[in-house]
Amino acid sequence: MTYDFFNKLFGSQIVAALIQSLLPLFFFILPFALFAVWFERKVSAHMQDRLGPMRVGWHGWLQSIADILKLIQKEDIIATENDKPLFNIAPLLVFVGSYAAFAAIPFSSAFIGSNLDLGVFFIVAVSGFVVAGILMAGWASNNKYSLLGAMRSAAQIISYEIPTILVIVTIVMVTGTLNLNTLSEMQTGHFWNWMIFGGPTFGIAKFLLIPFMILGFVIIYISTLAEVNRTPFDIPEAESELVSGYHTEYSGMKFAMFFLAEYANMFAVSAVVAALFFGGYQSPIGYLGNLIGIKWFIPIEQLLWFTAKGLFFVFVQMWLRWTLPRLRVDQLMAACWKYLIPLAFVNLIIIGLITLI
Amino acid sequence: MREYLQNIWTAVITIMIGMRVTFKHLFVPAVTIQYPDVKPQLPERERNRLYVNMDDCIGCDQCARACPVDCISIETVKGLPTEDLGKTSQGKKKALWVTSFTIDYAKCCYCQLCVFPCPTECIYMTDVYEFSEYDRDNLIYNFSTLTPEEAEQKKINYAQFEAEKAKEKAAKAAAPANPTAVKE
Repeated sequence: MTYDFFNKLFGSQIVAALIQSLLPLFFFILPFALFAVWFERKVSAHMQDRLGPMRVGWHGWLQSIADILKLIQKEDIIATENDKPLFNIAPLLVFVGSYAAFAAIPFSSAFIGSNLDLGVFFIVAVSGFVVAGILMAGWASNNKYSLLGAMRSAAQIISYEIPTILVIVTIVMVTGTLNLNTLSEMQTGHFWNWMIFGGPTFGIAKFLLIPFMILGFVIIYISTLAEVNRTPFDIPEAESELVSGYHTEYSGMKFAMFFLAEYANMFAVSAVVAALFFGGYQSPIGYLGNLIGIKWFIPIEQLLWFTAKGLFFVFVQMWLRWTLPRLRVDQLMAACWKYLIPLAFVNLIIIGLITLI
Repeated sequence: MREYLQNIWTAVITIMIGMRVTFKHLFVPAVTIQYPDVKPQLPERERNRLYVNMDDCIGCDQCARACPVDCISIETVKGLPTEDLGKTSQGKKKALWVTSFTIDYAKCCYCQLCVFPCPTECIYMTDVYEFSEYDRDNLIYNFSTLTPEEAEQKKINYAQFEAEKAKEKAAKAAAPANPTAVKE
C-alpha cells in the first residue's frame, strides 16, 4: 500500500522500493532500539529496587541517545592480529540478518516491507544469517573468548532453530499459509480469533487446539529467546565467563551495530510470535476507526496494536532476563534437544491429528 | 518418563515463582538515594570534618598530641600580662595567643581522638562531608583568628617582653648590694 503510494508520488519503482525499505529502519528499528535500551535499564533497575538512569532528561529518557553519541565518538580499534575484512564485515552481517527479517513483518495492513508468500520461511532463513555474522566476528577477532562465544552462539542458534521451525510448521498446518500478512488477516475480529485461542474457525477443533497452541507458544517463545542470545540463554556473551563473548574486541560504532542488531532481533522475534499466535496487527477489541467511520485511521491503530504487542513480548523477554540465571552449556543443549524438540514434535503430531477432524 | 514430566513441571512452576517475585519488585519503591539532590540521613555520632571554635581554644596542644597522624599543628605565644586575651565560655582565662592552628584534612583519619582530650570542648566533628578539592594544599585549614601580621606582632611583643624581663633580671643580678628598702 505504501509502496503504491510512493510509486505514484515519485513515479519510480526504485525510489519507492528504497523508501519502503528504509522506512522501518529509521522510523521503527532505530527509535525502538533507543527506547528499548533505556527501557531495559529501567526495568532491570526497578526489578532490583533501584532507579536506573535518572540524570539525562526526565527519568533518564535521553540516556540511550547520550550513549549513542558517546559510541560515535569512540575510537574504532582494530587489533593487528585481527582478520580485518571479516572483522569489519561481521557487525554489518549481524545487523543485516536482523534487519532483513523486518522485510516480511507486517506492521499494519497498510505497511509490509515485502508481501512475501514465504514470509515466515524468509524470516527463519535470514535470521540464520546472524549465526554467520557472529561466527565471523568471533573468529576474526582472534581472541579465545570471542571464538568461544561465537562457537557457543552458533551451536545454540542452530539448535534452537529446530523447535522454532517445528512450532511454525504447526501453525502452517492449521492455517495453510506462510504469508504473515495473510496470517494476520485471518485472525481478524476479536481476540478469540487469535491462533492462541484456536484460530478463526469455530468448532470443536478450536477448543481442542487451545492447550496445544499455548504449549506451542511457550516453546516458540523460549526458543526464539535463545535465538536472540538473551539471558537465560546468553552463554555466547556470558559476561562472567567470556568477558563479552563475540563482541569483546569491538568498539565504537561496530559495537553499536551489534547492540542495535540485538534489540532489533528482540523485536523481530516478538513480532513473529505476535503475528503467529496473537493476531499480528489485529486489534483484540475492534477498531475505533470502524466505530466512528474513519477508514484511514485503522492502519494507524493497527500499527499501534502491533507495536504494543511487540513491546509486551520484549518486556517479557526483559522480565525473564532479570529473573533467571544463565544456563550452563550442557543444560542449554539439554533444554533444547531433550525437552523442547520432543515436545514440539508431539505438539506437531497432535495438532496435525486435530486438524484432520 | 515420570521424572521427565516432573522436570518440566518444576521448571515451569519455579520460573513462574521467580517471575512473580521480580514483578512484585517492579512496584517496590527504590532504595536509591538521589545523592546530590537528596542527602542521606546521617547517624547521630557521625565523624566528618573537624571544626575548631577558636573563641574557646586555650592553645593547650592536647589535641595535636592525641592525633595519631599528626595532622593538627598548633603554635602558641604567651600573652603579655598587660593584654586581655578574653575568657572561654566556661569562664576560664586564656593565657596563650594561638598564632597558628592548622588541620590537614588530607591526612586526617577521622578517628575523633582529638575531640576527647580537649578541656574546653572547642574541637569537634561537624556534619560537613563534601569538601573535596582539586589541590591537596587547599585541604589545609587554618583556624587561627589572628592574621599573619598580628601573629608576627604577638611574637615580637613576647620576645620584647622576654628581653625586657631578662634585662631586668640581669640588672638585678648586677646590683645585689643594693639595699632592698622597698621590701618592707
